[in-house]
Amino acid sequence: MSDEQHSHVHIVPIRVYLLVYVALLVLLVLTVGAAYLPGHHTTLNNIIALTIAIVKAVLVVLYFMHVRYSTRLTWLWASAGFFWLVIMFILTLGDYFTRHWVPVQGWE
Amino acid sequence: MVQEQAPQKLGIQFEDLQQQNESYIVGMWTFLVTEIMFFGAVFATYLVYRVANQEAFWEAHRHLSIPLGFFNTCVLLTSSLTMALTVHYAQRGLRKQQLLWLFVTMALAMTFLVVKGFEYHHKFVEGLVPGPNFRFEPAEYFRVAQLFFSLYFAMTGLHALHVAIGVLVMGVLAILIAIRHPSVQDFIPVELVGLYWHFVDIVWIFLFPLLYLIPR
Repeated sequence: MSDEQHSHVHIVPIRVYLLVYVALLVLLVLTVGAAYLPGHHTTLNNIIALTIAIVKAVLVVLYFMHVRYSTRLTWLWASAGFFWLVIMFILTLGDYFTRHWVPVQGWE
Repeated sequence: MVQEQAPQKLGIQFEDLQQQNESYIVGMWTFLVTEIMFFGAVFATYLVYRVANQEAFWEAHRHLSIPLGFFNTCVLLTSSLTMALTVHYAQRGLRKQQLLWLFVTMALAMTFLVVKGFEYHHKFVEGLVPGPNFRFEPAEYFRVAQLFFSLYFAMTGLHALHVAIGVLVMGVLAILIAIRHPSVQDFIPVELVGLYWHFVDIVWIFLFPLLYLIPR
């Protein structure tokens, strides 16, 4: 059983890696550019910056980390991490964002 | 174009190569999930304080250098590309190209650390390191600015530690490949180091806009 064998791993062509790399650099320039938008757009700017960061992370996970070409078990594992992360953020920020809705004497 | 793939050896504990490869990759992802949660807690802490102190965080973040942060982001994104190329050549069993791109990745990782070192040095000189020598104007933001820089050093420090560990792991990998060690004839070890390295890149993808590009 220890003979050399060939599995059928999807070898991503270099062209795909280069395209993803260019997309990442373009998104980086966009995110820096958006930070220099004139005027007061705190919320809008935050949403733009985070959206771009998430798109970049998804590109890295799908192509550089090969999840797009991986087995369904790998998909499950990779998404579980981010899914639990979202739960943590929603519960934590949900608490802090809503505290002032019901003011309590002595809590601040 | 179908590319020639390097042969792999099947361990006796596995049914077939498909199962063997999947086991290694899912195992690595299990580790990465713990890393995601670990960094996630730090990011959640940052967000809670940032939401509560938007104005002070904006004042404090102006002491960070956007050009240096931008340069370092480019360096890290490029290192992710070169790591992907390393894995690509490992899968095809091309040893020389594999070593070449691994060294380029290590050089880029060290460039990142050197630039980060200069940034830290600048913070020490400017008195922006939390502690008895911390100085900040305007004085009304003194406490929150100190909080911002505590978070800055904790987050970028933890990330830099991961980069440094990455350099060490890549160094060991390069030595094993150079001496044709049997454990790296399979491309899976390179693939796993690649997964780790791309994860470190993702952390920085979020750190850069959150710390360096705070809108007013």
